[in-house]
Amino acid sequence: MRPPELDAILADINRIILGKERPIRLALACLLARGHLLIEDLPGVGKTTLAHVLARVLGLDFQRIQFTSDMLPADILGVSIFDRDSGSFHFHPGPIFTQLVLADEINRATPKAQSALLEAMEERQVTAEGKTRALPEPFFVIATQNPAHQIGTFPLPESQLDRFLLKIELGYPDPAAERELLAGADRRQMLASLNPRITPQRLVEMQDSARGVHASSALIDYVQALAAHTRTAPRWQAGLSPRACLALLAVARAWALLDGRDHVLPEDVQGVLPGVIAHRLRPIDDTAHTDVESVAAALIEAVPLP
Amino acid sequence: MARAKRPVSRRQAWWLLATALAASAPLTPHLPLWLTLGTATAFAWRAALTWRQWHLPPRWLLVILVMAGTVGVFLQYRTILGRTPGVALLVVFLALKLLELRAARDAVATALVCYFLVLGQFLFTQTIPTAMLACITILITTATLLAASDDRPNPRQQLGRAGLMLAQALPFMLLLFVLFPRVQGPLWGIPQDRFSAVSGLSDTMSPGSIAQLSQSDAIAFRVRFKGDVPPQSQLYWRGPVMPSFDGRSWRVTQILGAYPQVPYAAAGTPVDYEVTLEPHGKYWLFALEMPGTLPPESALTSDYQPIARQAVRNRIRYTQRAWPDAIAGGNEAPNMLRNALALPKDGNPRIRAISAGWRAQYGDDGAAILIAAENLFLKQLLIYTLNPPLLGPDIVDEFLFDTKRGFCEHFAASFVFALRAAGVPARVVAGYQGGEINPVDGYLVVRQYDAHAWAEAWIAGRGWVRIDPTAISAPSRINSNFTAAVPAGEALPFLARGDLAWLRELRYRLDAVTNGWNQWVLGYNPQRQRDFLASVGLNEPDWRNMTAVLSVLCGMVMLGLTAWILRNRLRVDPALVAWRRFTARLSRHGIAWQAWEGPLAFAQRAGMQAPVHARAIAEIAALYARLRYGPAPQPGDLSQFKAKIAAFKP
Repeated sequence: MRPPELDAILADINRIILGKERPIRLALACLLARGHLLIEDLPGVGKTTLAHVLARVLGLDFQRIQFTSDMLPADILGVSIFDRDSGSFHFHPGPIFTQLVLADEINRATPKAQSALLEAMEERQVTAEGKTRALPEPFFVIATQNPAHQIGTFPLPESQLDRFLLKIELGYPDPAAERELLAGADRRQMLASLNPRITPQRLVEMQDSARGVHASSALIDYVQALAAHTRTAPRWQAGLSPRACLALLAVARAWALLDGRDHVLPEDVQGVLPGVIAHRLRPIDDTAHTDVESVAAALIEAVPLP
Repeated sequence: MARAKRPVSRRQAWWLLATALAASAPLTPHLPLWLTLGTATAFAWRAALTWRQWHLPPRWLLVILVMAGTVGVFLQYRTILGRTPGVALLVVFLALKLLELRAARDAVATALVCYFLVLGQFLFTQTIPTAMLACITILITTATLLAASDDRPNPRQQLGRAGLMLAQALPFMLLLFVLFPRVQGPLWGIPQDRFSAVSGLSDTMSPGSIAQLSQSDAIAFRVRFKGDVPPQSQLYWRGPVMPSFDGRSWRVTQILGAYPQVPYAAAGTPVDYEVTLEPHGKYWLFALEMPGTLPPESALTSDYQPIARQAVRNRIRYTQRAWPDAIAGGNEAPNMLRNALALPKDGNPRIRAISAGWRAQYGDDGAAILIAAENLFLKQLLIYTLNPPLLGPDIVDEFLFDTKRGFCEHFAASFVFALRAAGVPARVVAGYQGGEINPVDGYLVVRQYDAHAWAEAWIAGRGWVRIDPTAISAPSRINSNFTAAVPAGEALPFLARGDLAWLRELRYRLDAVTNGWNQWVLGYNPQRQRDFLASVGLNEPDWRNMTAVLSVLCGMVMLGLTAWILRNRLRVDPALVAWRRFTARLSRHGIAWQAWEGPLAFAQRAGMQAPVHARAIAEIAALYARLRYGPAPQPGDLSQFKAKIAAFKP
């Protein structure tokens, strides 16, 4: 059941990004669940490297878009330029026409540019100058954003945050991993020496098998119970939407696949819950900067398994 | 308390208006016109407030209106206590409360007032239509109460929810109705303000007074016989006895409560029966002649009429026994006999002359004079009619010799006059004769048009003897009913007509339903409750075992309803049951499973706490995970799982 290549893929990534097994696993689960990933963290903790290494190992085309405040939608989607030789306009695809896009510091761009990207993410196609062009398959966006309280950011609205399946944080490495990083070889060289473990077609097959992981009615009851709790408990401004429940189930399926199971367990749901609720549930007491892991743990412990 | 202070939404306001309308509209016939108009104005004002979203009227204005309404009610009734003033006051308050719907709390209060008004309807009438109307109003009120807490669902959903809630309450209502210890007295036994005139016999009889009753098909009483129904010609329901005659009217002069017990001996085959008497405002209890036993709280008058201690203002039920052949008044007091001979000084010379002839011929032989009088009536070929001609001052002579047409009171009065003139003590007895068996429920129904008057003569050695002079001329009046005796073409009460078979059938059924309602709902008194409980095996119920039965049955209904609600959740996965057993066993050994913990996570944690059992726990947990969360389990998995749990000994 479990694709055998997964071990090698995870090993490769963990060799480059040290001490971050869980975020890496979540990122891979997100990819297998055909969702887009949002990474929020301080600069310099390895967000870009993670995107790079994922593209490399999975054999995906890779483009990076550095979002800035003067960016326009055409900078992402592409632009038509008049070709003097043929006497007609010719479309030059933007950086989004690739399998893995790293949208770096997405909250530095204006809402206009942000929404160009987010619409493409949702539709998996680009409409520019009256013509609709499909994006490649697989298509995966990793967006990074700086913490919202930093200067010069345009926070993404909730509706757009919801288009990201998962939101993870990398955080500082622990001392041992950091030491190894400092003492070890240059990451960029290591990256260049990596070889793809699978083809994009194989990735699509793996995404299909993630979708086929069985979720029993007892498990769906559990997902519903979790959602119902967030909707009735007075702790949150609004409960989980049905789309959030779908996301939770999809990631839990991929998570089970990574564990080599053909069915989802409550543990899978609990494992991915922090990433699913991180950008979706906003506590009423917004000022308390409680970390998402403890919020998720409180939610899990409040809802017994049905 | 934030909920209580939430403002009332437009939708809630419409609901409240509808409820107030439904609760107060059925009361309008009992309320004065000014109050109805005022209430309608308040409702219209409320509608305008909601429609246009105007501001509520200021508080001082409402205070003035409340005081005006209260004063109005006081001026109308000279009191604010009692049934009608109380209900009127409640309607005033309801109408004005609608004008100060500020918060959810006001909405709830308004709905509760509506419930009270539903109760108020029952203080006026307790018929089946009233009850059905009340059910509808309660449904609307309950839906309003639901809307007061959540006004999002549409009206159909609200009514559906309210209906479901009321349906769930229904078993409790029935149980409490049947089993809750009853107090003596009618269900709605509040003193009524004044007793409205109901048709029925009166304590005087003059020509035309009973003929008037023959136009009414209102029910006087219903009877259920314990054994066979006696023949129609024996069904004389004794009512007021009238020995005093002033030349035109006969009057009751009796000593109330003369006999606490029946003063004569039993004779003949006793007839047992149960009477359900409609209220008639008098003290009389009608009894089949001659009354053998007396209902509780009653006594016989000096002329053997059963009398209740209190006027019959509510429907009452009593059992009685009749002794058809009892000799009443075998040794009657001389003053009673003297009264039964008194006649005005003059008038009716022709009959006086004939009676004097009898007296001269037969002397003191009352029986012979009786036969002579009967023969006279037979010879005169008198006609029984609902429309007798008007009579002059000598009513007996004119009836017997000139017009020869009369109703039962003419026959009885003339017969008694003739006997008295001949020196035989006699008196007029009013009451009902006959009745009609309803084939649907077997009750004998006696209606006002069965009212009748007959004569009673005192014969030495035989006591008071009943003679029905009407039967001499019109035997069918007694043997079937009065419609058969009346000449064709005379106006009859609608229900007494026999020509519309389907209507008759419908009437029987309707009457049986009404009677069932009266007997089992309104007349469900301690006696009936005891009988009913005895019939279901609860003998000698006292409040203790009734309370016990009541709580047990209520508990059972509650359980049933709970099971019904939980029926989906109760389908428990056998794997889950076994898992719970397993984790309970582990928790006794200090390894507690958290209700939110997944099986594999738990196995890992438990394995670390008890490394000896780590493998066994892991195997069980893996099996459980596959059984509960996996796709189609293998056939042997469950039994293997259970066997592993059984084998597991921590």
